[in-house]
Amino acid sequence: MTTTLERPQIRETGLLGQSLAIARRNFIHIKRMPEMLMDVTIQPVMFVLLFAYVFGSSIDVPIDGGYKAFLLPGIMAQTVAFSSFIVAVGLTADLEKGIVDRMRSLPINPAAVLVGRSFSSVAHSSIGLVVMSLTGLAIGWRIHTNILEALLGYLLLVGWAFAMIWVGILVGSAMRSVEAVNGVMFATMFPVTFLANTFAPTDGMPSWLRFVAEWNPISSLTQAVRVLWGNDYQLAEGAAFPMHHPIPFTLGWIVLLTATLAPLAIRTFKKRTAD
Amino acid sequence: MTSHHAIEAENLVKHFGETVAVDGVSFVVPQGTVLGLLGPNGAGKTTTVRMMTTLTAPTSGTARVAGHDVLTDPAAVRRSMGLTGQAATVDELLTGRENLRLIGQLYGLDAGYIKRAGDELLERFSLAEAGDRIAKTYSGGMRRRLDLAVSLIATPPVLFLDEPTTGLDPRSRVELWEVLRELVADGTTLLLTTQYLEEADQLADNIVVIDRGTVIAEGTPLQLKDQSGAAAQVVTVSHAGDLERAEALIRPHVREVHVDAGARQLTAPAEGLGHMTKVAGLFDESAIVLDDIGLKRPSLDDVFLHLTGHRAEDTAPDADEELVS
Repeated sequence: MTTTLERPQIRETGLLGQSLAIARRNFIHIKRMPEMLMDVTIQPVMFVLLFAYVFGSSIDVPIDGGYKAFLLPGIMAQTVAFSSFIVAVGLTADLEKGIVDRMRSLPINPAAVLVGRSFSSVAHSSIGLVVMSLTGLAIGWRIHTNILEALLGYLLLVGWAFAMIWVGILVGSAMRSVEAVNGVMFATMFPVTFLANTFAPTDGMPSWLRFVAEWNPISSLTQAVRVLWGNDYQLAEGAAFPMHHPIPFTLGWIVLLTATLAPLAIRTFKKRTAD
Repeated sequence: MTSHHAIEAENLVKHFGETVAVDGVSFVVPQGTVLGLLGPNGAGKTTTVRMMTTLTAPTSGTARVAGHDVLTDPAAVRRSMGLTGQAATVDELLTGRENLRLIGQLYGLDAGYIKRAGDELLERFSLAEAGDRIAKTYSGGMRRRLDLAVSLIATPPVLFLDEPTTGLDPRSRVELWEVLRELVADGTTLLLTTQYLEEADQLADNIVVIDRGTVIAEGTPLQLKDQSGAAAQVVTVSHAGDLERAEALIRPHVREVHVDAGARQLTAPAEGLGHMTKVAGLFDESAIVLDDIGLKRPSLDDVFLHLTGHRAEDTAPDADEELVS
């Protein structure tokens, strides 16, 4: 007494359509819980204001707009580096709750789970870049170059956010709880983004620290954006090699990080979900 | 392949490092029937389901769902089945409708269809009014129903349910059983894992009992009950004082008799209906007043104990005690 079920037409949707559907879900999350955007809105704005007004008066930078103009590319670099955070927390939560398994049981490209998450993460970071640019404009930061270089600066930041996604997938797949992700990310991303030229010029640092800071990939990114936006000044004597060529170094780091982390992250994710 | 089995597991084996989670599980599920995969916690039920739903690769062996092999054509398997996992995997920040839409879109269904089918499912699972509320506000039973509705958006011919009622209160559980019966009546093939014997008894056409990764018994609920020994006839007297006389009365007519003073019961092996009528007749002629006399089949609990040497529900929550059928 088996009746035949009437089945609807199942269309091939492709990776892009599936990823967008998953990204849309993440946007609905933001709509429902706007506090999820705090990491790219209130937090960096607070950093901008705190640093600009608390430290700004004692750090003298010989550029137009002073310390505030110097600070802004640094905060933006830190914010895109933190996009790994967003990916990791979101992914771990979905793994924990079985949402990833639910998606994997559907007739979709398994990569869509990660690509969708990446899309929304980059959009998330981009909101942060807009918010910070507006804050910067309000307190006297300006771009002094042409539109092409201005855009290239933003492009490097977004490219960096993409590379950081793999850190997020790696940490998110390796950790068993959101709390563990928070712990690991705070313990690594804060030192990495502070031990750099992001918030203070490196020339005043002890020479060993200066060496570490100037070779830090985040410093290449920050310096590249400063150069592209005209927020930089004459490099001090003895600046490390990447500081002289920040744009190629930044591009190189993006490629290198992606090439090494992507296979590792995908392998960790597969291993995590295969059990 | 013209298999009429909706699900076939063929010697499925899964190792996790040194641990053997599943050790050669085979069974078939004919189309339109319900298979209950029964076993205690850690028996390998979930791992078996994960292999059959392409979520994890078998160490050896294979399975076919709607005729598609999980190893060679996982995509076709995913198109033919729905899965409701152990935790209700609905997105808490999405409304019921949005959950349905998301999964519908991922299946590649068109928007109009998703809207219609989604409304129908919400209606059917008594979620119509809650459809626009976020799932976080749902009760446990509502979440399970939404989870199930989401699995059904593309009307899969085969449905896997991993412990669908674990953690539900008795009423929600009975409600969910009702919904599952309707699905089967519509032609869906169901595989459900459970540690509740009651649930397998209620829903399943066939039961596969697994323990420590291997199949230790299979058959219809009735067959399994018969396997664990004969039925018994049970006489309950009204007054405890009559118990001794009652025992003396029937002893010459039965092979053996067991007295349970607390329950005021005499239990003897059943020897057919005719024999029981005779035993009942003995009491007619005596002054002993009876509360009840009847045949008792072993419960699936007895079966499980008989098969495994341990009770099935050692780890089950108390809610089960209140279960009404």
